[in-house]
Amino acid sequence: MSYAYYPGCSLTESAVEFDVSARAVMAHLGLELAEIPDWTCCGASAAEPVSKLLNYALPARNLAIAEKEMGGADVVAPCSACYLNLLKVNREVTHDRHLLARVNEVLLASGLTYSGSVKVRHILDVFLNDVGAKIIAQRVNRPLGGLRVAPYYGCQILRPYPVFDDPKRPTSMNRIIEGLGAEVYPWEHGDKCCGASLMMGHPEVALQSVTDILKAARQADVIVTVCPLCQMNLEAYQAEARKLGARPVPILYLTQLMGLAFGLDDEALLLEKNLTVSARARRRLAEGRPSGPDPGMEGEKTEETRKETPSKEERHV
Amino acid sequence: MSEAVRPTWSPKEDEYGPVLARLKEEVAACMQCGTCTASCPNGFAMDITPRTMWRMIQFGMVDAIFDSHTYWMCSSCYTCTLRCPRGLKLTSAMASLKRLAMLTREGRREGAFYRAFMDNVESHGRVQEMGMMSGYFLKRMDNPALPLRYLPLGLRLLGKGKVHLPGGGQGRILGPMFAKAREMEAMP
Repeated sequence: MSYAYYPGCSLTESAVEFDVSARAVMAHLGLELAEIPDWTCCGASAAEPVSKLLNYALPARNLAIAEKEMGGADVVAPCSACYLNLLKVNREVTHDRHLLARVNEVLLASGLTYSGSVKVRHILDVFLNDVGAKIIAQRVNRPLGGLRVAPYYGCQILRPYPVFDDPKRPTSMNRIIEGLGAEVYPWEHGDKCCGASLMMGHPEVALQSVTDILKAARQADVIVTVCPLCQMNLEAYQAEARKLGARPVPILYLTQLMGLAFGLDDEALLLEKNLTVSARARRRLAEGRPSGPDPGMEGEKTEETRKETPSKEERHV
Repeated sequence: MSEAVRPTWSPKEDEYGPVLARLKEEVAACMQCGTCTASCPNGFAMDITPRTMWRMIQFGMVDAIFDSHTYWMCSSCYTCTLRCPRGLKLTSAMASLKRLAMLTREGRREGAFYRAFMDNVESHGRVQEMGMMSGYFLKRMDNPALPLRYLPLGLRLLGKGKVHLPGGGQGRILGPMFAKAREMEAMP
């Protein structure tokens, strides 16, 4: 199958390992990707507070190009925010003639129009429903030997539109993780918000969310994400979360974990780009014998400081 | 809030009128059940609960809305939108509140990250992370220590080759669309 690939801005910079591993894993599964020519930013969650119209027109521009030049191929986005913004155009705009006309008026400034014929897919949806967990399991060359993996879904692939998973109790990653020979770490925090861009304006609030998630993953070997912003928040602030009682955990993109099990090369995984995967953890992951808690963090000691701060849920009644 | 000193002036009615009218439509069907408040992961940091905020909008209490910082705590997790028994797009309503508040000076400071992000998109087509953060810091001159907070992370990312120096991208490819949207949104 062939897809119109929309990497999104983060995957060209801070989430380059997501881009590289996603492309490698897709290729390994026999899926063809063609990047949408001249794609531009979807506006993330920053467009809506600035301009309602651009919140629709920015993602619509990319769908319009895919519609015009890519023969009706499904658009696949690895980033949750890109996925939701693109999907929102199909859900909120294309059935509203007045709004569609306004959005198209903006698009016309770029010489484009969009009719709503392109399907928007998240990469996890493609893995699950176009490939299937069974085929994924068959492509495994190096089973992950019982690695305890906490699946972290984040928000925007689950909500507000339930598409390929149950937003109240997401399980879509379970069968993939089990197919890779790993164990699904049981926890309730897979769909909790990481604080997203609050980490910029009100870091103390977002840090509480990150801490709660990391605390809940205390016994897990790794957390896997499918969103560059979740990945950034869970990785980059572990030192601060530790002061609030969390234990550092390596965070991988789902596609990196899949690549590991498929036996793909280091250049396809780019694990050295992750902020929480130490050289030791990399070696152990590569050898497929994960065991015991690992500090994960580069250049940090394991010494655990457990200050009992009340969790957010306890305080917020 | 004391009567003598107000941190913000409410903008003139013809400025906020259209945004507020839209907001009233967005939450008109709210029946005050409070599911949104109970669902919000950032509720602990809000001064007014989401449920109360919808009521304040219905009553048109602009001054109280401008005084609150509740909507700046919304991280767009969409839990309230998913659960609202009336099917209201509450996350969008929070974004509309941010747009409304950005008519004030205090609101423009609070919304600095969103503005810096969109400025960067307008200039480069694709977000250039380091340039975007620099733009954010420039809009937050009220807090000159802010860049220091993110400096260690910036250096780590730079060391890993995960961000690059400002420049690159698609240029002003989106300029015409931004101009058109601005023109259309200036008209009621």
